[in-house]
Amino acid sequence: MNKLAHWGQAPLEVLQVLGRYGLNFFERLGRGHIFMAYVMMGLKEVVQRWQLVVIQIFSVGVLSFVIIVISGLFVGMVLGLQGYNTLVDFGAEESLGVLVALSLVRELGPVVAALLYAGRAGSALTAEIGLMKTTEQLSAMEMMAVDPLHRIIAPRFIAGIISMPLLAAMFSAVGVFGGYFVGVGLLGVDDGAFWSQMQDAVDLRDDIFNGVIKSFVFGIAVTWIAVFEGYDTVPTSEGISRATTRTVVNSSLAVLGLDFILTALMFNE
Amino acid sequence: MLQSKFIETVVGVFIAIGLAALLMLSMKVSNLSSLASEDGYVIKARFLNIGGLKIRSPVKMAGVVIGRVTDIYIDEKTYDAVAELTIDDDFNNIPEDTSANIYTAGLLGEQYISLAPGGEETYLEAGGVIKITSDAVVLEQLIGQFLYSKAAGDNKGDL
Repeated sequence: MNKLAHWGQAPLEVLQVLGRYGLNFFERLGRGHIFMAYVMMGLKEVVQRWQLVVIQIFSVGVLSFVIIVISGLFVGMVLGLQGYNTLVDFGAEESLGVLVALSLVRELGPVVAALLYAGRAGSALTAEIGLMKTTEQLSAMEMMAVDPLHRIIAPRFIAGIISMPLLAAMFSAVGVFGGYFVGVGLLGVDDGAFWSQMQDAVDLRDDIFNGVIKSFVFGIAVTWIAVFEGYDTVPTSEGISRATTRTVVNSSLAVLGLDFILTALMFNE
Repeated sequence: MLQSKFIETVVGVFIAIGLAALLMLSMKVSNLSSLASEDGYVIKARFLNIGGLKIRSPVKMAGVVIGRVTDIYIDEKTYDAVAELTIDDDFNNIPEDTSANIYTAGLLGEQYISLAPGGEETYLEAGGVIKITSDAVVLEQLIGQFLYSKAAGDNKGDL
């Protein structure tokens, strides 16, 4: 085909490649949505077998706990350190609490927690489901008239949605204490001013509630991508590795893109 | 069985920690306590210029926060700025001849409304209007006036 191509046909070929990528993209997008619709139909079974969700919350949420808490602590400490160095030039180091709390609650908490969650739990979900597909465990389930979308995917999806806001809240809370530790403990910012200015500036509805909504949306996006990529794996060992990579890359990009949209919607006053 | 009991317990702890973190964020980091007392009564104050006053700016009396600015709009007839102040129900004895000033907290801080109580026996009720107000100090105007008077003073010296 390439050898036959006349130079006049080259632009057409470029268009054809572009079209193929476009079609592939939209085909995957459509399959992802149909997939999600089927998973949603399994919600009734999930409620009946709550045990399955609990086990998944363990592997998705509890096992991500340590990395979230440690990262939150260090992010908060770095924020405290950097914020102090900037604010002290303006004699406004008392506002350190505001800076740390607002950046964590509005942005860093949901976003960094979601990125860590995508790396820690999302990739594991994809690999697990992908291997189940490759070793034909999913087909075996179908043979036994058990719908893997309801039995395998739905509990994992629900567990991810439940875990993500909790993890983001932990991240933010630990981060605030990290900032407190550095700012008040090491750099000598006034204890009372740190908390009172923070309480004055942070609004429950505008900041904290919106942060929770963000992490909720990220939880849906990351878990959705992870389970879909797992279920859509090409059933080879290379396919699993590609699917896992795609999960981390796509869900990270999705989180960052969604974050921009949500921020523009929420905080434009 | 033991295994699943262990997992359930750990998941319970995990969810409890997550909820505790949310609770800590709302109680300790945000203004939940001051949000709860947000219902109060609304009074209005008219200004020629409100400067950098914003919705949610504090309303203070003797330095104590007694309410918040809940709305700011332009009176279409007089072109005055009207600020609606929601005052806590606890402070229901603000005299009618109270005056409102817009001050700035610190040199670069945010602006707030300071109420200075008058001596009347009758009190402002919901929907009441504060009649005595003074406008926000705009820094550029102040500097302009200062330079102007300085220049005028210098000329006098020359004469």
